[in-house]
Amino acid sequence: MSNAVSALQGASFDGYCKVEEAGLTGMITLRGDLASKGVAKAVKAATGAAMPGQGEVTEGAKGRVGWMSPDELLLIVDHAEAAAIVEAAAKSLGDEHSLVVNVSDARAVYRVKGAACREVIAKLTPADTSVMQPGMLRRTRIAQIPAAFYLEDDETAVLVCFRSVAQYAFDLLKDAAKPGGEVW
Amino acid sequence: MLILECPYCGVMADETDLHGGGEAHLKRFGPGSSDDEFETYLFHRKNPKGVHFERWRHVSGCGKWFHAARNTMTLEVYATYSAQTTEPPQDVIDAVKAKHPDWEGYK
Repeated sequence: MSNAVSALQGASFDGYCKVEEAGLTGMITLRGDLASKGVAKAVKAATGAAMPGQGEVTEGAKGRVGWMSPDELLLIVDHAEAAAIVEAAAKSLGDEHSLVVNVSDARAVYRVKGAACREVIAKLTPADTSVMQPGMLRRTRIAQIPAAFYLEDDETAVLVCFRSVAQYAFDLLKDAAKPGGEVW
Repeated sequence: MLILECPYCGVMADETDLHGGGEAHLKRFGPGSSDDEFETYLFHRKNPKGVHFERWRHVSGCGKWFHAARNTMTLEVYATYSAQTTEPPQDVIDAVKAKHPDWEGYK
């Protein structure tokens, strides 16, 4: 297999929040009936996490599961394991009407670290970041591109976007985190 | 700024997160219909000053279509509701009537 590289290969920027590209991250899109037992079982096997409710992200021993829409989940797992997890999940779902796809290499992931991580993202998105708590996930946009974000803890925000706009997203985050740009 | 609650995500999304889809609850007249009906279906749209029912899509969120009942004059939003309806549900109509007792009703 070819050597996998992430979009910006771990680029980082030190502003009043630290912005860094998270490197290789396994990401799987799972679509299906989220109320079904089969999906919950496949999710549990893949990540160890429980099914997230509306707008939530749950954490398990092997990864996280985010609620993306009423029929879509995002599984965040180890990059090297993603292909095997997709295979196992598709097998476990069997004939159930569902879709499991490895989208790891179609995404870019950023971490914004610092006490003001909510503020840095708030400068770019129409979403209300002040109500965001660890365990919540919001799909929205940053400037002109779609993005999703959640908080790993109170001072670490994780932002996911398409790989094709990775540089644009990084530039936006850098600009928003520039020293001297503090709002509060 | 227009802010609608997405009935699927349960989040408040402002209009830049959404995409407008025009008038709600259109009935399609396709092959076999009269020219008049087809013209009405294609081109004739309500443009009320006041209560209006619209389709919206949560484009940068869940990507689902939904319906909204709002006021085109005051930008007040009465309710948002599922796209899987062919006319406004009773609770939405009640919500509008609560604010405007003299509203002539849907249609």
